[in-house]
Amino acid sequence: MAPPAQSSRYPSPSQPSGKGEVSDLRLQLRQLAGSRAPGVDDSKRELFKKVISYMTIGIDVSSLFGEMVMCSVTPDIVLKKMCYLYVGNYAKVNPDLALLTINFLQRDCKDQDPMIRGLALRSLSSLRVANLVEYLVGPLGSGLKDNNAYVRTVAVMGAVKLYHISASTCIDADFPATLKHLMLNDSDSQVVVNCLFALQEIWNSESSKSEEATREKEGLISKPFIYYLLNRLREFNEWGQCLVLELVAKYVPSDTNENFDIMNLLEDRLQHANGAVVLATIKVFLQLTLSMADVHQEVYERIKAPLLTLVSSGSPEQSYAVLSHLHLLVMRAPYIFASDYKHFYCQYNEPSYVKKLKLEMLTAVANESNTYEIVTELCEYAANVDVPIARESIRAVGKIALQQYDVNAIVDRLLQFLEMEKDYVTAEALVLVKDLLRKYPQWSHDCIAVVGNISSKNVQEPKAKAALIWMLGEYAQDMDDAPYILESLVENWEEDAPEVRLHLLTAIMKCFFRRPPETQKALGIALAAGVADFHQDVHDRALFYYRLLQYDVSSAERVVNPPKQAVSVFADTQSNEIKDRIFDEFNSLSVVYQKPSYMFTDKDHRGPFEFSDEIGNLTVGVESEHEVPATSVDANETSDLLLSTTEKEETRAMVANGSDYTAPLYDSSSRALPSQGQSELAITSLLGTSDPGPQASMAIDDLLMGLDLTAPPAPASAPPSLKLNARAALDAGSFQRKWRELPVAISQECELSSQGAAALTSAQALLQHMQGNSIQCIASGGQSPNFKFFFFAQKAEEPSVFLVECKINTSTAKAQLNIKAEDQSTSHEFSALFQSALSRFGMS
Amino acid sequence: MISQFFVLSQRGDNIVFRDYRGDVQKGSAEIFFRKVKFWKDDGEEEAPPVFVGFMFLNNVGVVVSVWTYNLLYVYLFLLFLFIQQNVDGVNYFHVKVVGLLFVATTRVNMSPSLVLELLQRIARVIKDYLGILNEDSIRKNFVLVYELLDEVIDFGYVQTTSTEVLKSYVFNEPIVIDAARLQPLNPASMFMQGTKRMPGTAVTKSVVANDPGGRKREEIFVDIIEKISVTFSSSGYILTSEIDGTIQMKSYLSGNPEIRLALNEDLAIGTSGGRATYDYRSSSGSGSVILDDCNFHESVRLDSFDIDRTLSLVPPDGEFPVMNYRMTQEFKPPFRINTLIEEAGSLRAEVILKISAEFPSNITANTIIVQMPLPKYTARATFELEAGAVGQTTDFKESTKRLEWGLKKASFLRYISGGSEHTLRAKLTFSQELHGNITKEAGPVSLTFTIPMYNVSKLQVKYLQIAKKSSSYNPYRWVRYVTQANSYVARI
Repeated sequence: MAPPAQSSRYPSPSQPSGKGEVSDLRLQLRQLAGSRAPGVDDSKRELFKKVISYMTIGIDVSSLFGEMVMCSVTPDIVLKKMCYLYVGNYAKVNPDLALLTINFLQRDCKDQDPMIRGLALRSLSSLRVANLVEYLVGPLGSGLKDNNAYVRTVAVMGAVKLYHISASTCIDADFPATLKHLMLNDSDSQVVVNCLFALQEIWNSESSKSEEATREKEGLISKPFIYYLLNRLREFNEWGQCLVLELVAKYVPSDTNENFDIMNLLEDRLQHANGAVVLATIKVFLQLTLSMADVHQEVYERIKAPLLTLVSSGSPEQSYAVLSHLHLLVMRAPYIFASDYKHFYCQYNEPSYVKKLKLEMLTAVANESNTYEIVTELCEYAANVDVPIARESIRAVGKIALQQYDVNAIVDRLLQFLEMEKDYVTAEALVLVKDLLRKYPQWSHDCIAVVGNISSKNVQEPKAKAALIWMLGEYAQDMDDAPYILESLVENWEEDAPEVRLHLLTAIMKCFFRRPPETQKALGIALAAGVADFHQDVHDRALFYYRLLQYDVSSAERVVNPPKQAVSVFADTQSNEIKDRIFDEFNSLSVVYQKPSYMFTDKDHRGPFEFSDEIGNLTVGVESEHEVPATSVDANETSDLLLSTTEKEETRAMVANGSDYTAPLYDSSSRALPSQGQSELAITSLLGTSDPGPQASMAIDDLLMGLDLTAPPAPASAPPSLKLNARAALDAGSFQRKWRELPVAISQECELSSQGAAALTSAQALLQHMQGNSIQCIASGGQSPNFKFFFFAQKAEEPSVFLVECKINTSTAKAQLNIKAEDQSTSHEFSALFQSALSRFGMS
Repeated sequence: MISQFFVLSQRGDNIVFRDYRGDVQKGSAEIFFRKVKFWKDDGEEEAPPVFVGFMFLNNVGVVVSVWTYNLLYVYLFLLFLFIQQNVDGVNYFHVKVVGLLFVATTRVNMSPSLVLELLQRIARVIKDYLGILNEDSIRKNFVLVYELLDEVIDFGYVQTTSTEVLKSYVFNEPIVIDAARLQPLNPASMFMQGTKRMPGTAVTKSVVANDPGGRKREEIFVDIIEKISVTFSSSGYILTSEIDGTIQMKSYLSGNPEIRLALNEDLAIGTSGGRATYDYRSSSGSGSVILDDCNFHESVRLDSFDIDRTLSLVPPDGEFPVMNYRMTQEFKPPFRINTLIEEAGSLRAEVILKISAEFPSNITANTIIVQMPLPKYTARATFELEAGAVGQTTDFKESTKRLEWGLKKASFLRYISGGSEHTLRAKLTFSQELHGNITKEAGPVSLTFTIPMYNVSKLQVKYLQIAKKSSSYNPYRWVRYVTQANSYVARI
């Protein structure tokens, strides 16, 4: 035990200076040690308490060691306990003292009183001194055979402690086998539970070294053992039940009857007052029904009420943990929770971490029937005194609008926000109106009327200002004074954030193409300021625009302001795969952090969840693996969607974000950097005087035309040097395991040839083609126009494999690739190879 | 598995610190406290109950955005390594109990609800033993607390949190601190109804300490505690309402007799969906109680629950919830709030708050506090109470721009009792001219209160039967009700 670092502010019984007090105590202890007078134990207790209180406030009382041990030769258990506390504290830092205690503790391990035996054994095994382990084996061995259950529970834990000090000693003494025997036969439930804790820990770390441990570890989720635990479930206390349920969640029953038997048996656990038991039970239910879509949905319905009850009972902290899990489920299957939206309303006194979760849930469950009420509620929060939550609420309203329900009414509300004259409300609303317009250009008329009334001086936040500027540029023809507002903004160039300056450049360009005479002046100033800008991105973009204009105004327009397609779906920030992984780690920290465990723990500490990788909990992507290869899976069934991710996400392919229109172009311009130095002065002077209007710009001297403005060759077109093994083999299980273990190396979109898209009428056709390129398919599914494939390939020289998830939409002739590689360094080469193979499809 | 457990005071002092596995650095308590205290720079957000110890993460995003698209993968990979090194990998869990922070650390991806539940239980076990849980009592009894902690968790694995089971392993006797001194904060005081005093000390009695007389008093407490949440729209219509109730038990009976607890016979559980309770109610008469859902303590047996709505159990020692329930059935809210805001010129406005108690007049409520955020530019507020108001306080909190109206128990004759009505007029002066709608700048009005011996759900304990053969055995049985505001809000 570590002594608490007590603050001096707290008055201790009598703040002793140290030495005098300690020698005083020593004297008193000596007097009492030999005494057999009645009531002597009481005086000893008082003294011991004093010693321990000195110890906890940081006074070194280790010099009293001998006297303390002497005084503890007594049947009084309170005294013993205090002495153990004392010994445990000093033995660790003082191995010499530890050696002294061994005798004393070993003797107590043979005491008549089982309590003393247990306590001594616990103290002995907690010494954590490596060179004393030999003294531990004997007492532990007899402790495991003790006829008292308390001693056995302590001894079992002692065995794990020994394993941590010296693994080989523990294995050599054959403790794992003894523990296994106890686990299967002991009458005391706590002994069984502790054995399970202990063996999980020991076998987990042994399994990397020994085959046998791996087998034993897998034995923990075998049918007979799981049934044994389930039969004894009621004997265990709630914490033991949590452990057992965690294990049951990993068990894969052989037939559906078994599934239902287990679920019936556990049904009443959902009514437990302990949230941890309920969540562990829910995990079992969810895992057991993963392959039974309709039952899986029923499970969602069944667990709703218990979860909501847990959220509203208990402390705010507990309800947060449960709410995080509810959040996960709502995000997976919002339609199941659509009628419960009122439960996700925020209460004014809730902490903001709870409110944030609730706002996200409200956003997710919005549908035709409840949108009006949800948005009304959210609008109330927008006027809230809690500013961060007010902002989140406005964003939530915007997200709901983007989900297409009742857009009409929501646009009205957003426009009302703009008129509320609270700066943060206006700022958030502007950003949303911008996003909304990108998706629903048809609303531009109403929005622009309101946006036009906002004085740019009242908008300070960079994001909001950028949004406003984007709208000014995009709808320059609809807003009379757009060029003049932009011009006034250019005048304060220096004061704005780089993000705003970038948008300003683009907006002025767009405005220029529509209303050249009015914008000409502003453009000149902006380009000049931009080229002289210290910010690299701004500088590059200004220079790039300038050169584009020089080259050809009409191509500049095609580049900067091409006709845009309305964005159908905004990109999701988290991949489906990550979400599935989090779902597999239900009832763990992953859910609270919204990250799979590999992102926040190191490998040694992933705990009981590291098992689940090998056992193969199915997620939809690999679900059809048992029917390998290539049977069709109807990806459009709602129940199926529940198993993977929501309908909304399924269609998220089109990526659109902020100022991405110009991003790739600006990228290439940055490559022209090295030679621009000398010419910079020339440009600025040029810009200052010359007329960059359409006609005049033609006449600009081709001063800089020698520069290489083309993008460097993309790595994809490099000749692939990678050789693949034409006869690669991988079974479904290991594919699945690898897929979970590896991070996504490359995620990108590529195009199919139009012939290829046309030829892809069934999954089978592509499979054969890819096989010809040494890329094997392990699972496929979908129907025209949406197909999904899982491929793998293996290097010719070594066993390193590549895994690919490939989603193809034949109507747009696009493929979305997620590539994982065991050897990260060759993943780009492989990607190129894969893409070229894919692009050749249908050509022959 | 738990690596460490510690209790910190509000100032961040270590009161108790126990290291179970030695795999987390010693300074974790300081790291934790700094993290919680400075969670967000603006201090507006509270630290969540669970977080992982990160360092430097916020600076990384900026670095990445500078790199161009093609190089992004390389840098993402580097970024990954960078984060890996800077996550200290320690997960911190905490719950707040009576102003103390109960904290656990672990390196393993554990179930968060398990750890948080455990922390709450540890607090409860300590309270069961010490009678009163606070910094002082823990410091006075730290030997006992360490003794408990050793039995509750061994090498990071939970052993038991049952006070009953622990009693056979724990031998130190608690040093009971003076309860009388703490009377006003005493949790028992919420049950006090006027002059009918409840045995307030019982709730702060340790389960192991004997009474001065050396004999334990045979008694059992059953408390029905309901927390209600109501949101009124600006027109006074109820938007949402919910009752979260607990039947809590604390038994001091010797010999662990079995107990039968009978609830309303017409109690129904589970409705087809949300608020579809209305039809049901009209058909089965007004008296029935319909719970949306409930859960039970593990000692509760439900053998005859479906037949006659009785729960049977052998109550373990210590305080525990027999049953938690949730109800969205409509109920009559105990208070109505009327708010009127009148603008008087561009720099002034008057707020008129009226609250009326809508429960029987023999019931009285304790400590009612009405709060209302006022516009940010409010400079001054003057208050006018009704004539003859006693025991009412008014305050304008300058820093938060909040109006606070307290109706406290100042005299025994003038509580807020059922049927009564009180009004407050507040004259506001603004530092800048009003623009827009004042109702968007102020409110909502929120209410906190406690009403002893009253429950809105009408759930009742019809009888409490103690199965013990002897006819002379007649322990004290206390069945107490209380209603508290959880989130009681009226929009304006």
